[in-house]
Amino acid sequence: MNVLLDNFALFREGFLGTVELTALSGAIALVLGVVIAAFRVSPVPPLRYFGAAWVTLLRNTPLTLLFFIAVLVLPRLGMNTWSFFQLAVLALSCYTSAFICEAVRSGINTVSLGQAEAARSLGMTFTQTLRLIILPQATRTVLPPIGSLLIALAKNSAIAGGFSVFELFSVQKTLSEQGYNIFLIFLWVAIAYLIITFFISAVFRFLETRLAVAR
Amino acid sequence: MTEVSATDLVVLKDVNKHFGALHVLQDIDLTIARGEVVVVIGPSGSGKSTLCRAINRLETIDSGHITIDDKPLPAEGKELARLRADVGMVFQSFNLFAHRTVLENVTLGQIKVRKTDKKAAEEKARTLLDRVGVGNQADKYPAQLSGGQQQRVAIARALAMDPKVMLFDEPTSALDPEMINEVLEVMQQLARDGMTMIVVTHEMGFARSAANRVVFMADGRIVEQATPDQFFSNPRSDRAKDFLSKILHH
Repeated sequence: MNVLLDNFALFREGFLGTVELTALSGAIALVLGVVIAAFRVSPVPPLRYFGAAWVTLLRNTPLTLLFFIAVLVLPRLGMNTWSFFQLAVLALSCYTSAFICEAVRSGINTVSLGQAEAARSLGMTFTQTLRLIILPQATRTVLPPIGSLLIALAKNSAIAGGFSVFELFSVQKTLSEQGYNIFLIFLWVAIAYLIITFFISAVFRFLETRLAVAR
Repeated sequence: MTEVSATDLVVLKDVNKHFGALHVLQDIDLTIARGEVVVVIGPSGSGKSTLCRAINRLETIDSGHITIDDKPLPAEGKELARLRADVGMVFQSFNLFAHRTVLENVTLGQIKVRKTDKKAAEEKARTLLDRVGVGNQADKYPAQLSGGQQQRVAIARALAMDPKVMLFDEPTSALDPEMINEVLEVMQQLARDGMTMIVVTHEMGFARSAANRVVFMADGRIVEQATPDQFFSNPRSDRAKDFLSKILHH
């Protein structure tokens, strides 16, 4: 019990670090993921190739390796004003965007082709068709997998702790160096993660029920 | 059907298309005049739906030319979108936007494509919905309507764009028999009002009563074109005679 109360400020800082990493990376990954998914179904071949390359590259690279690239290689290529936190967000959001892209694309594929044909027949552009007709109908299918992906993102953000970003996992390092009972430290760290992941689940459950009523 | 070319609205010239090894459209030449109602009939697999969909480029063609109002059909992009806004399309499976109400289905194109303001768009939509007889369903979702009602909404949605020509791709084929007439009546009214229409259908009654011209297709070719009277009472080609003998004797 003392582990938590004695170091509450530290836990709080770590907790907020993880929340910030997750929220920021999640938001960027969602936007990027939808844009890349649009590229992948676009009628313009270069955009499709770019989207496919993005997904293949990022989805098949270990996240730790992406972190090494972000933290060690990118600063040498001119991104030397970026903080570790910003580089961590970059690595996490790009990685997660590849998975979100595929989830969104699977949702797009569940909307019948006739919907897009009707929209195009009315004179809507590709972007209008996607934004007004296809994506709103894909949302419901896409919510559960995206919820899982954001939960995975929250947990993946622990890797940032190994790259000089202060978050929940770094709390564990600091405290075990100070000689606290390691089991208790892990217990409280785990509970803090659960708070974040349960919150994400709750938000998505809420969104799902709301969208179910909207029809 | 001796129209001068200035009145020609839709012109197809030497149009060819393949689906893999299947030659679905073979050297199609077809001209549709302003205000003309052309009914395309023929056995399934004859290419009539493909022909209809090629006119607003939902199907691309391999060779040949299609012009609408003297403008060649543009390639994919903004230009094509603009042209499609002028070509109304009604599908066999209605394809109403499932997440939008009936009213929104009819206003969406006006607001987003024609940039009409919302109020004017709604007013026009309600007028059109009344005209096709579903005015009291405006706030429902498509899934809450019968097939016949959905198809009439789809017609109103297309009309809301003030199209130069309307394409109907088997508009009654997915309907229960008792709902076919309510859709055909709307189409007949449209024809009387002078709309240029290209109708792919199996409804011979509609072809007889509303068409200026019947185009008979088989195996990817236009086999015969004639006025409905001529075509139904005295078909020239053996293929058409065979087709008619199969569908008219039940």
